[in-house]
Amino acid sequence: MNPSGDNILEVDKLITSFETDRGLLRAVDQVSFSVPEGKTVGIVGESGCGKSVTAMSIVRLLPQPTGKILGGHVFFKGRDLLRSSESEMRRIRGGDIGVIFQEPMSALNPVHRIGRQVAEVFRLHKKISKKDAWDAAIEMLDLVRIPAPEKRVMDYPHQLSGGMRQRIVIALALACRPSLVIADEPTTALDVTVQAQILDLMARLQDEMKMSVILITHDLGVIAETCDEVVVMYAGRVVEKAPVGELFANPLHAYTKGLLNSIPTLETPSKSLLNTIPGMVAPLAEHVHGCRFCQRMGRITRDSRERPRFAEVSPRHWVEKCPECYQP
Amino acid sequence: MTPLLSISDLRVHFPVRGGVLLRQTGAVRAVDGVSLEIANSETLGLVGESGCGKSTLGKAVVRLLKPTSGTILHRGIDVTHASQRSMRPLRRDFQMIFQDPAESLDPRMSVRSIIEEPLVIHRLGNRAERIKRVNGLLDRVGLPVSAADRYSFEFSGGQRQRIGIARALALNPKLIVCDEPVSALDVSIQSQILNLLVELQRDFGLSYLFIAHDLSVVKHISDRVAVMYLGKIVELAPAETIYRDPRHAYTKALLSAIPTPDPRVRRTKILLEGDVPSPIDPPAGSAFGHRTGHPRYAETIGMDLGLAEIAPGHHVAADPCCLSEEDWQKIRELRKTAAPPFTAA
Ligand SMILES: Nc1ncnc2c1ncn2[C@@H]1O[C@H](COP(=O)(O)OP(=O)(O)O)[C@@H](O)[C@H]1O
Ligand SMILES: Nc1ncnc2c1ncn2[C@@H]1O[C@H](COP(=O)(O)OP(=O)(O)O)[C@@H](O)[C@H]1O
Ligand SMILES: [Mg+2]
Ligand SMILES: [Mg+2]
Repeated sequence: MNPSGDNILEVDKLITSFETDRGLLRAVDQVSFSVPEGKTVGIVGESGCGKSVTAMSIVRLLPQPTGKILGGHVFFKGRDLLRSSESEMRRIRGGDIGVIFQEPMSALNPVHRIGRQVAEVFRLHKKISKKDAWDAAIEMLDLVRIPAPEKRVMDYPHQLSGGMRQRIVIALALACRPSLVIADEPTTALDVTVQAQILDLMARLQDEMKMSVILITHDLGVIAETCDEVVVMYAGRVVEKAPVGELFANPLHAYTKGLLNSIPTLETPSKSLLNTIPGMVAPLAEHVHGCRFCQRMGRITRDSRERPRFAEVSPRHWVEKCPECYQP
Repeated sequence: MTPLLSISDLRVHFPVRGGVLLRQTGAVRAVDGVSLEIANSETLGLVGESGCGKSTLGKAVVRLLKPTSGTILHRGIDVTHASQRSMRPLRRDFQMIFQDPAESLDPRMSVRSIIEEPLVIHRLGNRAERIKRVNGLLDRVGLPVSAADRYSFEFSGGQRQRIGIARALALNPKLIVCDEPVSALDVSIQSQILNLLVELQRDFGLSYLFIAHDLSVVKHISDRVAVMYLGKIVELAPAETIYRDPRHAYTKALLSAIPTPDPRVRRTKILLEGDVPSPIDPPAGSAFGHRTGHPRYAETIGMDLGLAEIAPGHHVAADPCCLSEEDWQKIRELRKTAAPPFTAA
């Protein structure tokens, strides 16, 4: 694949495995997708399908020493991050790529004041004085709409609510005006009312700063409301990807259909039986042939040795063309 | 007919202690004047932001907690102050399942002992009968009989929820309080559990108090929905009505915050400012009016903000900060002509 001009990020056949007592386990199995400039790409799938590991691989923050990237490319603005030096990566993370994780406390240092933590990001990436960094931190808190930012900089993380903490994490991630933000379940731990505030804030900042976003979530509602394109993952693989309207209107893979049909909407007849996906998510292994979803459904496929081809069936709509699961 | 469950003006307050002597310095008014009823085979959904008192209300209903005041009637029998001992025979009819079954299932007990325990406590059946009963329950909740000899931690989240449901079913209850039973599950597993609950209700005529924060799930499973805000019910209506015709400003905001899984729909959201409020020393007047900084907040201090029946079966807090002018006037008229249907808050 050639890094193309319109995509800020291109992930190409990424393979990530973990070394465990049971040998190597492949968590991300040749994942490919791209993020168009200024757009939001959602990654959706059930827990354990490899969403977070994909995100951590892109910024090379895998748990060490067990996590290993075994193949593929991650082109960010044309440069392959998988072949960049560790010092380059440190500059990029928190600089041109901002990262937001689900649990805000994991990104915050409990013993340092909020202001100091935000100011440190500026000090690390820009050569500015302590005083200027502190002022920039106050400005940043104001940008993420924290009331009375000049007072809040003196607070410690535990003094803030979950929603306020997530705003701080967003401030940290956006401090250096990154061109790409990777947000891994940024609102999963929050109430719907606070989630609505945070998603609104992110959309407005994205607009102002012209950022591209990768939004990881298991909530199809959040996907529908915030994303331009969607990547559906199952058992470490991308089974389908498409522009958001196309994916919801015209899902082609049995797994995507199963996910979409299993959620009650406000229109679903009350107490009607919902669609379910039988079986359980397939366990990880290092080399898996055949179609992972057929394995979950207990189907013996005609060709269980070969991995289904991942092909573009209409403009920007890609699907794994397993003879059983590809259902146009 | 006597309702299966009837609670009125229920309050559950927790002491807040401070200072070196740990004197009581205040109270968390977790549940603060709630009245509601649940009929046979009915599901009442309970929604609201975290910390608004849903779990506390649920636990009080099955008397896992001692209420501060008010009354709880189980099939007409007052259990408000029943001792743990005298609760025992009554508890058979009222069970509870939790969000994280891991927390409520003892990891040292086999699945069989977990499900059998209520039968043993109530001295029901002999050993052979209990084995048969447990096998039957496992089958009913969709688990293989072989699961009985394993431990709960060997199972996935969805399967553990099934174990919790089997245990709750052991005594043939009339009502199960379901406290966020699907919140931690993936959507495909969530739908399996919801289907199971719907089928069990159909087969056994069960009633549910179904607590959740996902409103599309609540709408799906509930006959009526109660919206809770800071320890109080602010709106209560048939599920369809709550979604089609919400009257309370908080219900409207909560509904508009749910992400719709349909990219063609572009709604403008009502964004609430600020955070989920604290039930420690709540505002004296309208709690929601206080949060939104409503100009009429001052009027509501000392006012009766209890529920009023604005349309048949549709109850809403009589709160000028949270209603349209039309609805507010209507309620004032109602109040002039009749006593409010529920005790004042
Ligand atoms: N540090 C680790 N060691 C071993 N396996 C891991 C580790 N982190 C994640 N995994 C496995 O990788 C798979 C993908 O995990 P993850 O990306 O976290 O899923 P999710 O889609 O829920 O974010 C899971 O099966 C998980 O168990
Ligand atoms: N045992 C307790 N002691 C003191 N405060 C409690 C206790 N249990 C719950 N609370 C408080 O009561 C309020 C309501 O809690 P809860 O019923 O768990 O809310 P919900 O289930 O709606 O999230 C919260 O502020 C909570 O911190
Ligand atoms: Mg994850
Ligand atoms: Mg709760």
